[in-house]
Amino acid sequence: MTPDNDNRRWRAGLLGLALSTAALAAHADTGGAAAATPPSPAQVAGQTQDQSQPRTNSTADKRIALSNNYAGNAWRQQMLAAWQTQTAPAVKTGVVAAADAFTIGENQPTDQAAQIQNLILQGYDAIVIDAASTTALNGAVQEACDAGVVVVSFDGIVTAPCAWKIVNDFHEWGREQVDYMAKRFPDGANLLEVRGLPGTFVDDDLHQGIVDELEHYPKLHIVSSVEGDWAQDVTQQAVAGVLPSLPHIDGVLNQGGEAYGVAQAFRASQREMPVIIFSNAQDELAWWAEQHRKNGYQSIAISNAPGIAVVAFWVAQRILAGEDVPKHLTVPLYHIRQDELSEVLAHTPKGSVADQIFTRADVERLIQQARATQASAPEPSPAKAQDPAKTPSAAEETQP
Amino acid sequence: MTRHSISPRKLLPLISFSVLLIATFALQERAMSYLGLNLLFNLTIPIALATIGQLLIIMVNDIDLSVGAFVSLVACVVSTLLVQHPWLGWLALAGLVLAYAALGALIHRFELPAIVVTLGMSFIWGGLALVIMPAPGGTSPEWLRALMTVKPPLAPMAVVAALLIAAAAHLLIMRSGIGTVLRGLGGNSRSVARAGWRLSGLYALTYGLAGVFGVLAGLTLVGLYTSSGASVASSYTLLSIAGVILGGGEFIGGRVSPIGAVLGALTLSLAGSLLAFMHISPDWQIGAQGAVLILVLAARLLFTRREALL
Repeated sequence: MTPDNDNRRWRAGLLGLALSTAALAAHADTGGAAAATPPSPAQVAGQTQDQSQPRTNSTADKRIALSNNYAGNAWRQQMLAAWQTQTAPAVKTGVVAAADAFTIGENQPTDQAAQIQNLILQGYDAIVIDAASTTALNGAVQEACDAGVVVVSFDGIVTAPCAWKIVNDFHEWGREQVDYMAKRFPDGANLLEVRGLPGTFVDDDLHQGIVDELEHYPKLHIVSSVEGDWAQDVTQQAVAGVLPSLPHIDGVLNQGGEAYGVAQAFRASQREMPVIIFSNAQDELAWWAEQHRKNGYQSIAISNAPGIAVVAFWVAQRILAGEDVPKHLTVPLYHIRQDELSEVLAHTPKGSVADQIFTRADVERLIQQARATQASAPEPSPAKAQDPAKTPSAAEETQP
Repeated sequence: MTRHSISPRKLLPLISFSVLLIATFALQERAMSYLGLNLLFNLTIPIALATIGQLLIIMVNDIDLSVGAFVSLVACVVSTLLVQHPWLGWLALAGLVLAYAALGALIHRFELPAIVVTLGMSFIWGGLALVIMPAPGGTSPEWLRALMTVKPPLAPMAVVAALLIAAAAHLLIMRSGIGTVLRGLGGNSRSVARAGWRLSGLYALTYGLAGVFGVLAGLTLVGLYTSSGASVASSYTLLSIAGVILGGGEFIGGRVSPIGAVLGALTLSLAGSLLAFMHISPDWQIGAQGAVLILVLAARLLFTRREALL
């Protein structure tokens, strides 16, 4: 390198420095000016104080964004559709000014953190998050909170203390399955348990619910347990593999998304069809309805409804309105009973999942319940919502 | 051409960055504030550091396909070992830098293609990261989090850090004596050898320095995101190469520009934000970043041709 060349490079560098300094000077000028242009983050920051004031302010000028990490399965598609159909009327009637949904291209926490920071810059008053990571977004979430933006996480929650967390009760899901079996088989039964992705929070929690509830029913026995990974094909293979070595099976407990695979395995083995607990996948429900028509087959479906996104939306709206909302909310599980089956099925497109619609009133009731339980138990929140567990990946994979 | 003129080709990184910055400010005036500039650029700091690491390797006519995996591994070490046993953590990081240096010596000694060796190493780094951290998580050391969220009086952290990185890299690579020798390695390694330098040592030094910048990238990443995972920085490999090229670097001949590389990294992330502000779907963002790269390279080709004619 000649000194001449070197010198020129150095000059280019100097110019770069000069420009950056100019940019800095510009920022120093606009730092004050920005505060005057509504609604700057600085101004939004003022609103955190509003929350301490008693009740509901108008949210007509508030903008809410959905930051979603993944859209590649039926559950997520239904979740986005629910957000769209349920928030559009709220925007139309002027409850909020905007409710825009953004999904990142790849399920990467780094991408989602950048997206959240861009949403802060765009001046959204609240950001609703289905997170790619429970912990890796905490930096960006903290930036949002510091800028006065309300952050509500659901399904895939974040652990940042300033964010609201909305989850399903997977432990209850396990308990309800056992309760149903106890009702169907008061004289005792052999049960087969199909488990989800090993090592995930959802699998552990749901299994623990089953184990805990089984203690109340000594006549129910789990004779075998297989790993189905929340996928039909994996489940069918696993169940077909163990069936020859098993005694008569009366019922099958599972975690959602496996029921159709279980049914296929039993049909192939020529065994009597057990009572299978279903979830909200359309193919399972269709099979259930067909069996019911043919031979009066009876069961129940339990699942986590994608409509939880709408709960998160209304929670964000209530917080923006100044309401004091508990940081942890548990959304009830979605049940489809035998008598509702045909109606639910009629509304569920092929290849999709059935969904539960949460209205604003439902969400207000949820908030009140959470407040009541919070008041009765001063120690905050169910432990599972705080658990830095693998909820996001797990919850998203729960769905086939 | 006179001694004092600056060729437009060298100004290109600055021009492309300025154009995007002005467009961003025009679209989103909130970005034009202390807080805004920080939000716009803070997540780019680790990428800028990784880009300087990549630049060092490209400077000696090699290419490093393991940057992303290496930074991820460093992040995993930082968010677990460095928090629980600081001494052991620092030792591990020093070990990683030494491993990088050894790799450089090895690549030169046996005349191995760096592209293959680093590709292979990326799987080793990735595997180690998975051993340390099977599932994403971990925490940031307190001091690191404090450092990455510091609010300096005049300019936001992101801008100060970018200036510091650019200045330090410029002094090290363009101004210092050893930097000149290392650049000579990419220009004509034989003449460097004739001048009495031990080439293996120089390659080891180059790779070792790249390792240091990789470690810095991992540290800042954890400070910003507060946790890590085995593939948290997987996109850094391509981003760092793109940053170097966008910043005026060439794949051969030791022609690189550290300041340009930092600007290149900032430009790439700015392109992402700009597209978000324009409400363009994220599906298009990777493609759009590629388009920016092609545009800048096309412009550079034009300038180079004209320079050649003059």
